[in-house]
Amino acid sequence: MFYGIPLTSRLLLGTAQYPSPAILGEAITASGAEVITVSLRREGAGGGAFRELLRDTGRRILPNTAGCHSVREAVTTAHMARELFATNWIKLEVIGHADTLQPDPFALVEAARILCSEGFAVFPYMTEDLILAERLVEAGCRVLMPWGAPIGSGQGLRNPEGLRSLRAHFPGIALVIDAGIGAPSQAAAAMEMGFDAVLLNTAVAKARDPVGMARAFGQAVAAGRLAHEAGLMLRRDMAVASTPVFGMAELA
Amino acid sequence: MTLPPQFTVLGAGVAGLCVATALIERGARVMVIDPSPDPTGASWYAGGMLAPFCEGEAAPEAVVIAGQVARTWWAARVPGVLGHGTLVVAPPRDQPELARFARATRGHRPADPAALEPDLAGRFATGLFFADEAHLDPRATLRALRDRLRALGAELHFGGTEPPSRGQVIDCRGLAAQSALPGLRAVRGEMLLLRSTEIALARPVRLLHPRFPCYVVPRGEGLFMVGATMVETDRDGPITARAVMELLSAAYALHPALAEAELVETGAGLRPAFADNIPAIRHQGDRIFVNGLYRHGFLMAPALAEQLAQTLFQEVSLAS
Repeated sequence: MFYGIPLTSRLLLGTAQYPSPAILGEAITASGAEVITVSLRREGAGGGAFRELLRDTGRRILPNTAGCHSVREAVTTAHMARELFATNWIKLEVIGHADTLQPDPFALVEAARILCSEGFAVFPYMTEDLILAERLVEAGCRVLMPWGAPIGSGQGLRNPEGLRSLRAHFPGIALVIDAGIGAPSQAAAAMEMGFDAVLLNTAVAKARDPVGMARAFGQAVAAGRLAHEAGLMLRRDMAVASTPVFGMAELA
Repeated sequence: MTLPPQFTVLGAGVAGLCVATALIERGARVMVIDPSPDPTGASWYAGGMLAPFCEGEAAPEAVVIAGQVARTWWAARVPGVLGHGTLVVAPPRDQPELARFARATRGHRPADPAALEPDLAGRFATGLFFADEAHLDPRATLRALRDRLRALGAELHFGGTEPPSRGQVIDCRGLAAQSALPGLRAVRGEMLLLRSTEIALARPVRLLHPRFPCYVVPRGEGLFMVGATMVETDRDGPITARAVMELLSAAYALHPALAEAELVETGAGLRPAFADNIPAIRHQGDRIFVNGLYRHGFLMAPALAEQLAQTLFQEVSLAS
């Protein structure tokens, strides 16, 4: 549930870097994703044809501010997104470093405050820092998007313990693992840890068969969620026999 | 005696000129009309790589197969088709990109970049060599194809008052045909032209990068074309500063000497593309459209032109 909108699929899909819009469309269908993200910064107002293709998918669109390096850029891009897509949803990215694409936490909080006060439903892309999360929630965010690892790196959940404590600290906030997911097993692991959803792009878009990979991720996310709800067994240090030892026949 | 069939080709980009060539070579009477007196549009800014196997990284098998005829088709008609292959390299930290590229393509073998391009010595430990690929200079090629058509008796109307069309109209106008072809969109591409006498390359070199992949195509006489961005927008107009930065930093990563090169030209073109990014022939009303060449103009125009001409001439012979 994001800002009051219930969703059945817990996979969110990015729309960049696909071989073609046609394959992107098939991948979205195969993944079952109900929310897709799209960037605007570079394409600008001239990207109408591509946006039209995205609208035709019938999915809910979460515009993002990818490529923005300052509060002002991000806020302006959010305004433009609201106009172009007629939505108050915005995935807020304020990049702190052009090479690592690591988010700038200070600018992120400032931009989130502005956008929340303007009535946006903000999905901030953040590191897993607890205090940062607190500030963003204070600013009005009801969804947080901690990274698994740097964008496009495919490293999976780089700091699982940090993510676990983030989950534990914010039980009432929707937490979406965003970025760094390279394999369906990593997405499943995030869901098993109790995250609400996973957002990814490169791992599907750049797969040899994006449609097949999209399906794999859709199933992994569903499986991970199901496992979380069903209650995972705890790890143990030693074997635990599933049949009682007493009464076993002694054949020596 | 019946006159040979008459065709009017609209658009003198690579698609139009190839279609006109394939038709006139089969004995047709051909008129080519373009509103611009000089070559322009996406073809003018193209890379001119005949690289079906490299393109297979993202393009479907149909493009890889059809693109393989391009090299011999061009070599038989225009000068300057260089069959030196393609070299693909990646900076040390982006080695996984090279492995991914190798997995996604065929027709390559591992190669020592320095053995192929001595000026890259010491810069890249490994590379991929696509020996069966080629490249040409798109601008010289467009001019050569125009001259050849004229010599073969085609009627060329470039600029000035457009004459009324005669015979079957084949529309190769790229994005100018957008209103007639719903679903055709623009994918912007930006490029640079550098001049350096400090380094020489014999073949196009592709530099892989997770975000800004780029290629450098030698054009001879110290000229290097650096391309190209892929932006989902129909915004025309000059190259953006960001594109210049990305392309130049990629060129710099390939060889620092390129930072000392003269930046002699920047350009931006709009590639016409269908939703599947596959070039296509479409029959619609009384017109035939050859469009959606995307980033495969010089690679795919020959195959499309031959396919279309073959079909049209089969129809003619059936009708007679």
